[in-house]
Parts: sequence; structure tokens; C-alpha cells
Amino acid sequence: MVTNPISNAEPKMRARDVSVYYGTKKAIDAVSIDIPTEYVTAFIGPSGCGKSTFLRTLNRMNDTIASARVEGRIELDGEDIYESGMDVVQLRARVGMVFQKPNPFPKSIYENVAYGPRIHGFAEGKADLDAVVERSLRRAGLWEEVKDRLEDSGTALSGGQQQRLCIARAIAVEPEVILMDEPCSALDPIATAKIEELIDELRGRYAIVIVTHSMQQAARVSQRTAFFHLGHMVEYGETSQIFTTPRETRTQDYITGRYG
Amino acid sequence: MSNPVPRSVELTRTPGFERRLRQRYAAERRFRLAGLGAILFSVAVLLFLLVTMTINGIGGFQRATLKVPVAFSQVSLALPQGLDSEGAAIRALESQGLPEVIDDFARETLGEEAADELSPDAWRVAAEQIIDDPTLLDRDAQLILPASENLSAALAGDGQAALQPLARRLAAEGVLAERLDLGFLSRSDATDSQLAGIWGALKGSILTMLVTLALAFPIGVLSALYLEEYAPRNRWTDLIEVSINNLAAVPSIIFGLLGLAVFLTLFPSLRSAPLIGGMTLALMTMPVIVISGRNAIKAVPPSIRDGALAIGASPVQVVFHHVLPLALPGILTGTIIGMARALGETAPLLMIGMRAFVATPPDSLTDPATVLPVQIFLWSDEVDRGFVERTSAAIIVLLAFLLVMNGLAIYLRNRFEKTW
Repeated sequence: MVTNPISNAEPKMRARDVSVYYGTKKAIDAVSIDIPTEYVTAFIGPSGCGKSTFLRTLNRMNDTIASARVEGRIELDGEDIYESGMDVVQLRARVGMVFQKPNPFPKSIYENVAYGPRIHGFAEGKADLDAVVERSLRRAGLWEEVKDRLEDSGTALSGGQQQRLCIARAIAVEPEVILMDEPCSALDPIATAKIEELIDELRGRYAIVIVTHSMQQAARVSQRTAFFHLGHMVEYGETSQIFTTPRETRTQDYITGRYG
Repeated sequence: MSNPVPRSVELTRTPGFERRLRQRYAAERRFRLAGLGAILFSVAVLLFLLVTMTINGIGGFQRATLKVPVAFSQVSLALPQGLDSEGAAIRALESQGLPEVIDDFARETLGEEAADELSPDAWRVAAEQIIDDPTLLDRDAQLILPASENLSAALAGDGQAALQPLARRLAAEGVLAERLDLGFLSRSDATDSQLAGIWGALKGSILTMLVTLALAFPIGVLSALYLEEYAPRNRWTDLIEVSINNLAAVPSIIFGLLGLAVFLTLFPSLRSAPLIGGMTLALMTMPVIVISGRNAIKAVPPSIRDGALAIGASPVQVVFHHVLPLALPGILTGTIIGMARALGETAPLLMIGMRAFVATPPDSLTDPATVLPVQIFLWSDEVDRGFVERTSAAIIVLLAFLLVMNGLAIYLRNRFEKTW
């Protein structure tokens, strides 16, 4: 199986034969994939195919589920993230995550963004922290909308604004990889368009992995697409190739809407 | 030729449908009335309780007093300077013959009969008035001094028949009357109902509650946090959960016996102390805090935890920055409910000796003390009519204390409540 169709640079993250079990049930079966930096990689597939599960192994969010067990090897810059030498707090500072449902903290907009830099000690003093907050909100395209009400609660924003706030919160700690788990599924089309635009702007800086139900979205925002089905990664390649000339019939069937 | 009637109209415009519709609305009305009835019933019971208590208790905040004219200018009493304690000043006045002075003037102006019915501690009340206002000693004053228990009963229309004409005569002259006695709130228990007060028991209750809170709140909250956030789900934690739920349902007398067997064996010199009382009540309150705390923690949405974990917060940061602040209103509500229950608890405290007669308010956690509900229990056992009113007054004080605690709970809940 081809795991790195455009083998120009060293991949940011590399997964080899990763299997995930929930108890005795195997949710992911021997997935190998290379995730390049400065690109958007999309995971598509029908519900329950394991794409979100796999995404959560990349920053060890599966650790919070008692019955989950991961086999295989996942590397970040060549370092195994499931090795005992890799600290999970450090890993999550480097691999950020945005969730399906916007989940701002019930604190002020400012506190939402400042929280990460503060707990990691990335900002020296108030002025520095202010600068980090402004920079992150600007990158998330939210600054103009909220700059006059930074002390308002983050939960008072609209759904789309909340999701951009969550993105600002994630990029405030300067991660190298951003994982997005269906970030637009709870949003209306206009908010979705804004997030997609934002993803496109962010991609030059970070390795972005996005799980999505919408094939159109994958086609619009990603350069690489991986198709998951029943815990297997069926096919991985350039997005244009996956959508025009898929090699596997299962991919073709899914893309043409025969199931899913 | 006409439009065909839509199927949905055909189905809903039938007598059967309309009859069922009426039944559905009738069911709703019945339900609403039943709910309203339940609320009205509770309010009526509460009002009945409060009104009866107030009517009975109002007398407890009054006492029968005699108006005694004392011409201090005719005697040479002096309040010595430089005495630091009130006790020393009272003793100084006693040694100068204040009790005799009061007695003489009472005999002179009210007659032998009435003077005999002055409370034996009347001179003490006079001394306190002098200490409050030393200029009294330079002029002729009308002192309001407590009457004896017997005269007080006679004024109310019962007690010794022989005293009743005297009481009627003095009342008619305006010498004897029921007057507001705020001293009830600042004195302690006494054998004479006219001299008894609630402050000792109230202070004992406050000290005991402080000990209970200081022990039960941190232990309860930490247990709840550990069980919800850290403990693995297995047979042992299931067992612990069942035990805690059982502990919350154990009758309070059992906790009293436990306190007697364990705490008083370890610290035999602390019998009747608020410290031991608080420790015993903390055992009882802790499971309530654990249970309500766990429910409050469970109600914090997992998405908040995920969000914090995903930007690299350590588990303890997730707990203290996110979970605990969001769960706090619920935890506080549960804590106050547990504390309110502990405040009203009598049985376990009887077991550890807090039913002793304590005439001075406790100055520390290790002084002998009693608490409000025990004081109520003790006074309700007295036959003297004065104590019946004092009992009701003590109940009013207890209810007011409860009201303050519950008000505090609601204030704290609204203060910390956040939406997500």
C-alpha cells in the first residue's frame, strides 16, 4: 500500500500498523499513514468507520477512554508518541485539537485564548499575553468581531464564532499539528465557509488533519485524502486523484454515493 | 369537482379524535391542579408551623419585669475605675452592697410581698445597667428588673393561686409588665426561665458547624473528585460507592454511638466539646457532600474536559481550572443541605455529652457546650411555664439560623453558576 504518495519532504507524523481496540472490539485495523506538514489531510468515510478514533490516537485523546488500547507506532518528527519518554501534556501542546461541537470554556473570550499559553508559561507578563491573544484571534479571523468585547463569555458567541474561538485557543499554544474532528458539522453553511477559508489560510503554518462527513468539504479544503471503511484505511492519496480516479472500487462506490 | 379532503384532515376531524383530544387536555388540567394542590398544601403546612411558632415564641423574647425606683443619690455606691472585666465590676458592686440596696428600695416602694418576688439575680441585672451607664449612680433611676419565675407565671394567669392577686395589683399599677427581653439572645442557659438565654447554645452550634464544615467539606469534595476523575471503574470503587450511599442513610444515633466509642475514648477530656460534636456530625455530613459532589462533577460536560486536555492541561489543571469551578454551585448546595441537617441533629450529640447544663457560652472548641436543637430538647423537658415560651423562642432562633444558611446557599449558587 502506498502510504506517502507525494514523497517530497519528511512527514510530520507517521503512523505504522496502528490498531485500536475498545475492549475486545477492534475499531482500527493496521493503519499506516504519513501526514505531511503544510498540507491539509482529510479523513473521509461513512459513520463508524473509525476515522475519528484514529484522529484521536494522534494526540492520545484516546487515553481518556479507559477501555481503549492502541497498538503499533505513531511518530511525531520521528519520536514515538506512545513511548514512555513522550509526555502527553507536551504532545498535546504540539498537536492541538478542535472538536465537533464547539466547546469554549465558560470563561471570557480573552481567558479562553490565554488559557493555553498561561498554563504552559509561553507568555511573559500581561502585555505579552495580550499580544498572543490578539495574534491568535487574528489568525482565527475572529479579532475584528470580538476585539471590543474580550471580557464577554465565550459561550455567548454564535456557533461559528465559538468554533473559531476554539481554533484560536488551539493555535495560541503554537502547535505543529492541528487535528479537527468534523469542525463544521454543527454549523450553518455561512459559518462553514468561514471555517473552510480559515483552514486554507492556516495550512501554510501547520500540518492540519480534518475528519469530515462531507466529501465536498474534503475536496474543497484538503490536498490529501484518506478513505476509511470499517476500521481499515482503504485508500490514501492526493485529493484530486481520490476524487477523480480512485484505485479501489470501495472508494469509488463511496464517492459516487453508492453507500455511506 | 371540489378539492379532495387531505388525508390528515380526514383523520383528525372525527368525533373519536376530538373526544381523545378533550381527554388529553383534561389530563393536563388534572395534572396541573394536582401539582398546584401539592404546592399549596406544603405552603399551608409551612405557614401553620411558622405562625404557631411565632405566636408561642413571641413570649419567649419577653419576660416579666418589675419597675423599681432606686435613689442612688441617697447611697454611696461607686463604680471603681480601671477594672478590665465586667465580672470584676459586678463583684466590686456586690461587695459595696448593691444587692441589699436594691432589696431595700424594692421593699420600701413596692412592699414586702412584691420585693420577695424580685428575681434573686435582679441585682446582677442592675449592675449590668450601671456598668453600661455609670451616670445612673448619680441620680434617681427607675430600674427595670426581672421578676421571679413564680410571679411571672402568676402574671400569665397560672402558677400559685396566692400570688395572682399580687400580680394583678402590680400589673394594674404598671409596675409589673411583660417587656421585650433582647437579653435572651445574649445570655446562656439558666435554671430560672426568666434568666435563661440562647446565646450559649447558638455559639455552641456555630462552633460545632465550623468544625463540621472544616472537616466534611474538604474530605467530601476531595473524595468526590477522586472517585469521579481519577479512580478506575472496578469492583473496589463500586464497593466504595455502595458504602458511601449506605453511610448517608445510617441513622444519626449510630454516628453518635460511634463518636462516643471512638472520639471520646481517644480524647476523654473533651466530653461535651464542640470539637467532638463537629467531628461526629462531619462523619454524618461527609457522605451527603460526596454524593452531591459526584453528581455535580458528573454534570460537567465532558467536552469541557476534552477542550482543556487537548491544549495540554494536565489532569489536575483540568480539575482545578475547569471541573471544580463548574461543579462548585452543585457541591455548595449539597454541602449546605448536609450542614442544615447537621445543624438540626440532636441524637448523636446527646451521645457525646452535649446535653449537659452549660451556663457559660463556650470560648473555644474544647469548652463544654450545647447546641440549639439539644437546648430545645432540654427546655422542652422543663415543666415551668417560662421554659415553654423559651422553647418556642429557641425554635425561632434555630429556624432563623437555618434560613440564613439556606439563603447563603442560594446566594452562592447564583453567584458561581455558569452556563455552557
